[in-house]
This record gives sequence, structure tokens and C-alpha cells, in this order.
Amino acid sequence: MKPPPFHYHGPVTLGEALDVLAEAGPGGKVLAGGQSLIPLLNMRLAAPSHIVDVNRVPGLDGIEAGPSGVRVGALARHAAVERSPEAAAAQPLLRQALRLVAHPVIRNRGTVVGSLVHADPSAEMPAVLALLGGSVRLASRTGEREVPAAEFFTGPMESALRPGELAVSAFFPALPARSGTAFHEVARRHGDYAVAGVAAAVALDEDFRIAAARVACVSVGPVPVVVDVTGECGPRPAASVDWEAVAHAVRDRIEPEGDIHATADYRRHLTGVLAVRALLDAACAARGEES
Amino acid sequence: MNETRHHVTLTVNGVVREATVPGRRLLSDCLRHDLGLTGTHVGCEHGVCGACTVLLDGEPVRSCLTLAVTADGHEITTVEGLARDGEPSPVQRAFAECHALQCGFCTPGFLCTLTAFLRDNPAPTEEEALEAVAGNLCRCTGYQNILKAVHRAAELQAEEGGA
Repeated sequence: MKPPPFHYHGPVTLGEALDVLAEAGPGGKVLAGGQSLIPLLNMRLAAPSHIVDVNRVPGLDGIEAGPSGVRVGALARHAAVERSPEAAAAQPLLRQALRLVAHPVIRNRGTVVGSLVHADPSAEMPAVLALLGGSVRLASRTGEREVPAAEFFTGPMESALRPGELAVSAFFPALPARSGTAFHEVARRHGDYAVAGVAAAVALDEDFRIAAARVACVSVGPVPVVVDVTGECGPRPAASVDWEAVAHAVRDRIEPEGDIHATADYRRHLTGVLAVRALLDAACAARGEES
Repeated sequence: MNETRHHVTLTVNGVVREATVPGRRLLSDCLRHDLGLTGTHVGCEHGVCGACTVLLDGEPVRSCLTLAVTADGHEITTVEGLARDGEPSPVQRAFAECHALQCGFCTPGFLCTLTAFLRDNPAPTEEEALEAVAGNLCRCTGYQNILKAVHRAAELQAEEGGA
């Protein structure tokens, strides 16, 4: 239960980090918070030949919140984003989801961007990015590119990140006025990965009818599954929506698999239930009410 | 593979300590094997049990999920550094008073986690206390007494602060 040997690099500038990653090629792996990577190393499930520790690179820990959304740097810890009042004001779903990520001690070290790059389909952060239509900025020695969430997650634990690239930040867009969000999940034990989980975003029109509603489901596919349920929900007030039909629509769009934690049928059932709870809470938040 | 060794300087419990370690040396192993501080316990080595929790620049982290080289130049507090002038800290005394440890294996992790928690939240609610200890496992399952100790430690800390 110790990491296999690797060449350790501790670059102190972004340029140096990108040079080292370029030279390391497919054998290079970035270490930021390490809360997913180091367990994989300790359990010998991964054996990269080069570890590029970016913890000394300045300027990567930013959390920039504004009217358009929140840009989170590669070294911004879960805990820092969770505690940021500016980030919570610009995009409340970040804090709602981060409270469900592992335990506080893990969040002290783990990073939001690291969770995205790790691309675990059971994790909360990829679902948040997918639901909001955010993006990840990837830098390499030859330049930068901004990859939208829909193209970033390519499979279980797989992303569009190429060898030699460093995910320098992620952008979580704000939602329009009269919008609300919520995240509900069920885990076997507090802090575990979810058996099923749903992030929801709801936007209301001027008459407080649901104008747009969508969910992102975790643990029910190879990547976060985004389902638009605007058709089933609107345009009517939350109180007169046929929520059973909404749950049915969500269940129809997912293809969960069974494992030792839950059968596929149970995951499907649970996702429908959680989708309705999250959508109702999101609609409440959109009206400016406590759920 | 011939492993390169890296020189690291850590301030552990207020004392500057140096070690020469391979890149893959976990902070937990560096503390225990290189520096001889065996108070930090190693349980699962993949971040689940919390026994190896130490304070890195004052914040609790899993030392088994941190490389020693990453911690170079930083301050570490281990269970050995919680007492003041030979006197157990309020959290340590509360654990003794409330019988919050049985075999004691998980205790260093609980003590470090709670020391930081009660510093940031000196008067936690029951729910906050539960959330604070949820990331640490006790295989003797003495959780009720551990929760009692969280609140007792808060009392002791408040008494000392007021004294």
C-alpha cells in the first residue's frame, strides 16, 4: 500500500510545469490535491512514470466570481471554494455540491479541478460542470484551449485532457435571474460516493412558472447524464407539475448498471426520486424561498 | 529504477526537521520512519480511515494522501505536538475524561481533526460535531463517547479561554 516508484517533479512556474509535462508525455501525471491520485498510487491501480506536482506553481489557486459565473483555478481546494461567499453568491450549486464531496478533511486538500479531471461518473463536481454547461481550460506548451463540459467527459475516469496538458482552471457559469439549484444524493455511508445523485437547475418565468428545468445524474452512466425536463415541467408552477411523469422521464433517459452496492433497477428508481426532490428544491430556491 | 532522493525540511510541532526521501514517500511514513514520530497511525493508506490525520499549516489533512516532498517547507502538527508544556490539550483531556478511546489506534487522527475543528467552531451543535468526526473510523465503535468528548472539549476550551 505504498506508491510505486516514479520520477518526481516540483515545478515552480507554469511554464516549467508545461515543459515537464510535454517531456513526460503519456507517462506524466499532474499532482494537485492528490485525494484521488494518491489512493490510486497507494493501491497500485496507477503507475505513472512522472509525477508533476503543481502545488508550488503560483497563480493557480484563484477563485474569481463575477456576474457571469465562477472561474476556479487548478489549486483551489474544495474547502476554499465551499467557504467562498462570492462563489456561493455567483453559483450556489458549487457549495451545495461541495458539501457532499467526501469529508471535510479530504476537502481541505482536494481540488475542484482535480475532481473534474479525475472524471469519476459517481462524483459531484463533473455533474455540476455538466449541468451548468461549464468548461475546462487546458494549457500545454503550444497554447490553451477551452473544452466545454459536454466534450470534456469522455468515459468513466476519462476526459479530453491530452498528454502534455494541464487543466489550469474550470468555469462554472452563473444562471439567469429567477433560477435555483439543488443537489440530492444517497450514499451507503456519509461521505461515500453516491449510489445515485442528482443536481438540478430550474429557471422560472415572470409568472413563476417553470421556464427551464434540467438535471445531471451521477452513478448512472459512464459520464454525468444531463436530462432536460423542461417539456415535462413547464410552463406551469411547480405545484401543478406532474412530478411522477418527470421522474419517469428521467428514469427513461439513464442506463445504470448494477454492482455490489445497488442493482440497476434500484439506481434507476432512486434517480427518479432524487430528481423530483432536487427539482422541487431548485424551484423553491428560484422563488427565493428556503426549501 | 534508481530512485532520486529529495531533501525536505518540515517544521514538525515547532521543530525544524530534515529528511532525505524518495518522491513516493508518504508524509505519514516520513513522520513515522524518517522522523521517528510514531504517534501518527497508519490504518487504511487510502484516505478512508482518518487515523493518519495531521495538521498541515494548521488544517487537518490525511498524511497518507500527501507526499512528504509536497509538504517541504510547510508546518506539520502531529498528535505529539498537541500537549502544551507537558499538559494534555483540552481535546486530549476530554477524550480521557469521557472514555473516548478504547484501543487508541484511531485516537491520534480524531485528536488532530477535532483540534482544528474546535479552533474554527468552538461551540458546535450536535450535527456539526457528527459531521466533524464522520471522516474518522473507530473500529472499537466508541462513537458515542467520542461525540461526548467533542462537547466536553469545547467546554474545557471555553473555561480555559475565560480563565
